[in-house]
Amino acid sequence: MRALKAILPPLIPFVVITAAIEALVRSGLVKSYILPAPSAVFQAVIDNRGQLAQAMVKTSGSALLGFALSTLAGIGIAVLLSSSRWIERAFYPYAVFFQTVPIIAIAPLLVIWFGYGIQTVIASAFVVSIFPVIANTLTGILSTDPALIDLFRLYGATPFVTLLKLRFPAALPQILTGLRVAAGLAVIGAIVGEFIGGGGLGSVVDVARTQQRIDLVFAAVLLASILGLALFGLINLISRLTLRRWHASEQT
Amino acid sequence: MSEARGVALRLEGVRKVFPPDFAVIEQIDLNIAAGEFVAILGPSGSGKSTLLRMIARLAEPSSGQILSEPISDQIAFVFQDAHLLPWRNVLDNAALPLELRGVPRAERLAKARVELKHVGLLDALERYPAELSGGMRMRVSLARALVTQPRLLLLDEPFAALDEITRFHLDVQLRQLWQRLGMTLIFVTHSISEAAFLANRAVVLSRRGGRVTLDRQIELPAERDNELRGDPRMGQEMRALLGAIEE
Repeated sequence: MRALKAILPPLIPFVVITAAIEALVRSGLVKSYILPAPSAVFQAVIDNRGQLAQAMVKTSGSALLGFALSTLAGIGIAVLLSSSRWIERAFYPYAVFFQTVPIIAIAPLLVIWFGYGIQTVIASAFVVSIFPVIANTLTGILSTDPALIDLFRLYGATPFVTLLKLRFPAALPQILTGLRVAAGLAVIGAIVGEFIGGGGLGSVVDVARTQQRIDLVFAAVLLASILGLALFGLINLISRLTLRRWHASEQT
Repeated sequence: MSEARGVALRLEGVRKVFPPDFAVIEQIDLNIAAGEFVAILGPSGSGKSTLLRMIARLAEPSSGQILSEPISDQIAFVFQDAHLLPWRNVLDNAALPLELRGVPRAERLAKARVELKHVGLLDALERYPAELSGGMRMRVSLARALVTQPRLLLLDEPFAALDEITRFHLDVQLRQLWQRLGMTLIFVTHSISEAAFLANRAVVLSRRGGRVTLDRQIELPAERDNELRGDPRMGQEMRALLGAIEE
């Protein structure tokens, strides 16, 4: 019953919009080489299921690896930045600058550095998804309740113990918010990386485009979105399980 | 519990200036005897919290000194809100100070359980702060402060955010705890009735600049319960304190 309540509201616009597009294309108002009918996209998924499944596994592997790397590196960098005001002032602007570099522009560079193949794809997913992890972790760590920091000082806790037992767990809600954003970005980064580095759903889109197979382009895009959603859902689940009993954002 | 006796404090010419030149505390000289229950009373902005943080050695005076006899690090601090760790249950929250001081797990949990029993929370050990009422959270906070057997207990408007019924109840409990444990207790508040009801001595700070405008012994019986709140002697004490508070 609760699951139905959660699914029903977004399901209604989905059905309505899908039906509307189907009607528009079938009536000839919109040409099918511009926008394929949803039924045709669905058919393309079925017809190319072997190829698509393989591509999806490859893309999700790269996205997950890139995401895992940016989680580890991002949290590590944020902890380092938080360790002193000076380090933060010196290096944080570069983290921000790094984020403003458009991935599509540096993707060719990644190919030069890492060659064609999965390394480039992982690097691309990593580069796009690391910034939100750094930014959110840093905010979380720095916004720890000052009264609790006083309390830890009063009882003689070292900075390391304070980080481990206070700042880090206190930042967990923000860290998870960062990971949620990063998960979606990692999928985007992987697809962009695949446009240039080859393999996975990115390649399927690229090849199908040159063959004018717009139904297949849409099928691959659809699967890429599903992949992003699945990752997002996974982080949500982890967040719910860890924060269930203590954080207001996870209490109903 | 006789090992947890109080410490005596001597504040000599204590002054605190925040940059560039705002004197929160102009000049305070104060002698506090071991085991005394002192209320520091003053309006917001009178520097009471700053004074308390300096006594706890969380902040340094700009000049002057605060001497403790004997020198002890058995200091506990209770904040205006409970400030518990939301990811830990009641028992682990109360045991936190001992954990930070490296006491083994079994021993610290046993001690925490004893303190939680004193504040009436034995049936809530496994619950999380988000699942407790404001009054219960504050009692966990009290248990966390007492678990180290402090010789100096500092409270910074601890019950200000609670409803009056809960506060009356906690006032009585705090007074009993102090009588049982005998530590030196400094209680910062902006409530005149709370200062009169709880303390044996009240120190009133001026509205600005942090000077002492009144230092008075509260002449009320040692055993205090809520009956006393309607007692004319209590009204008399409150009038005396009110007279010293600047408009």
